[in-house]
Amino acid sequence: MPGYLLIESRDPFEGKGFSQRLELAAALIAQDAPVTFFLVENGVLAARRAARVHELEKLARSGVAVLADEFALRERGIPAAELAGHIRSATLDLLVERLGAGAVALWN
Amino acid sequence: MRVLQIIETAYRATLEEQDDTVLWFTRAIRGAGAAADVVLTGTAVSYTVRDQDAHGLSIGTWSQRHPPAIEHELTKLIESGASVSAIAEDLEERGIAAESMIAGVARLSRKELSGLLGRYDRVWKW
Amino acid sequence: MTPTRSLTFLLMDAPYEQSRTGTAFRLMDAALRLGFAVRVFAYEGAVSLPVTQQKPHPNAMHGRSVEEEAHPVPHVWVSSLMQRATERGTPLDWVNCGLCVDERGATEVVAGVRRGSPADFWKMVTETDNALIIPTR
Repeated sequence: MPGYLLIESRDPFEGKGFSQRLELAAALIAQDAPVTFFLVENGVLAARRAARVHELEKLARSGVAVLADEFALRERGIPAAELAGHIRSATLDLLVERLGAGAVALWN
Repeated sequence: MRVLQIIETAYRATLEEQDDTVLWFTRAIRGAGAAADVVLTGTAVSYTVRDQDAHGLSIGTWSQRHPPAIEHELTKLIESGASVSAIAEDLEERGIAAESMIAGVARLSRKELSGLLGRYDRVWKW
Repeated sequence: MTPTRSLTFLLMDAPYEQSRTGTAFRLMDAALRLGFAVRVFAYEGAVSLPVTQQKPHPNAMHGRSVEEEAHPVPHVWVSSLMQRATERGTPLDWVNCGLCVDERGATEVVAGVRRGSPADFWKMVTETDNALIIPTR
């Protein structure tokens, strides 16, 4: 089953949209569908261990793969040592492969 | 004339422009005589982080020669005499520690921002 | 013979306006590198991406001449993807939405870009493995 690919490009602190999309991811994983939450652009600002985005860890523990674009991380000066433990750095190749596998992709 | 630039948007087309166009604009109007200072708020507080690296962009047969160097742009602004501040609450919620920031950026609480506006002839939000 | 994997991308943003453009081109580049055939439907502002009148400029703030600054021009990105696609033998099909072209006067575009309509987008969707819409704000 190709599952879902939620691509998050916006700063999580910009508005309440981010938490709404986390809720969507949580609802989808509860339906036993594979879900990838892929942070790109300013979305990677959620990836710092010290950032106040506790809901992402909860999402990861529920089985959602939380990935962050390695280029966007580097572009924003977020090194591997500062990355939250539940978030994996990944290249866009992985995003493309998920698309190619037929994942339902929503870009925010 | 004293100008306060409140900058919230960040990394918007910075790869294509090879800089941040609002920081660039601020330096340009300072060059033209504006006494412009900057407050970074929201996403833009991320501009204060050291060691940002946007090298390596390549598309098809094209490779970028000069990636944006945002912290360098900010440092040049500071060195030119501009006051550059970042909203403390926005830094904290993004987990940006003081030791990871470039030198010369002042921390400003959101409450202090309102008091700052009255000291400028023009205040513009970006 | 294994059929070529294929993807459709729908873009909406004009050049130099949003970080989405850079990410979109990185995704399309990655897709070509991974062996996907790529089809692009440029909608609204994105029809200006392949416009050939875009010109690089010097940057006095950076202390660089036109040549030194090497300012990116998205029509070069489009051509460069097309060139890479040709080298790899995996086609890149770029369609500009015709009405959007008319509204914006985006008529002078790189070779290989063709004019179309949402019906072309739909055809792309039915003929490729998946489609990603990168919406504007």
